[in-house]
Amino acid sequence: MTAMSAEDFVALINTAKDSKDWRPVFEIIPYFTFLGLRLEETDGKFISVLSEDRKFIGNPTLPALHGGVVGAFLESAALVHLLATQEVTQLPKIINITVEYLRSGKPIETYAEAVITKPGRRVANLRIEAWQKDRNKPIAAAHANFLVS
Amino acid sequence: MSTEFDINQIQNIIDHGIPHCSEIGIRVHDMDADGVVFSLPYQERFAGNPVNGVLHGGIITTLIDTAAGMCIYARLREYMPIATLDLRIDYLKPATPGEDVFTRATCYRVTRQIAFTRAIAYHSDPEDPIANSVGTFMLKSTTGKSLDEAAKEKGATS
Repeated sequence: MTAMSAEDFVALINTAKDSKDWRPVFEIIPYFTFLGLRLEETDGKFISVLSEDRKFIGNPTLPALHGGVVGAFLESAALVHLLATQEVTQLPKIINITVEYLRSGKPIETYAEAVITKPGRRVANLRIEAWQKDRNKPIAAAHANFLVS
Repeated sequence: MSTEFDINQIQNIIDHGIPHCSEIGIRVHDMDADGVVFSLPYQERFAGNPVNGVLHGGIITTLIDTAAGMCIYARLREYMPIATLDLRIDYLKPATPGEDVFTRATCYRVTRQIAFTRAIAYHSDPEDPIANSVGTFMLKSTTGKSLDEAAKEKGATS
């Protein structure tokens, strides 16, 4: 891991925001690299993408994604949404997350979109939904609170 | 299955039956009807903060989800397909970079179809946790093979 100062990290985030290229930010966050996370922007909406990888399987007989990976992806999508849409002076800190598992996730590419339900000055509350081939059939949803200042 | 849990057998199931758990290196320390203790060695590749190396919350979610699921088997003394219905995690303080994370999970209530779990994550002192969690799981979620059968098919040796 490249050691990086907090100022440089915030500067990197702001550069990504301007250039709409989030790869440099994701490459420097080790766990995002592990997830193979990407961010796609269409019509001003931000969709996070979890890459297809057999290492994410929790149940090999179905097969299904590990619930922990799905939870981690939802948390990541929420954080990325905050970085992409809010003024950030530091990396938002997760306070808590409640993940609801709605369908078993297949080991294929998975998408997530976050919506800020309350953009507080100190705490932001987000609702996140993940789906695979069909947006109308979410595999999981979550609520999360982040400390933003 | 006997009422005594063989830690090596459980480790074998984790290593051969759950690809993601073997990928991240989950270790089994303790398993009885009162609960399970698992750990995850600190690895830089799971850091969520590039400035200070603090672990991403998601990897702690994964450790807790795994332990919470397994503690249901410990309570039931039987393997069956289960599925997480929901999982809430409160992150009480950041994990210390470089230190392994332990989790203790307990299944405190089982009904015919649902199991309820509690779990904490900590470094060395369970009284000073990193995270607290409650979860609910659906029992007999599929008619597929159970975990121990799947592990055996993968060529598990124990």
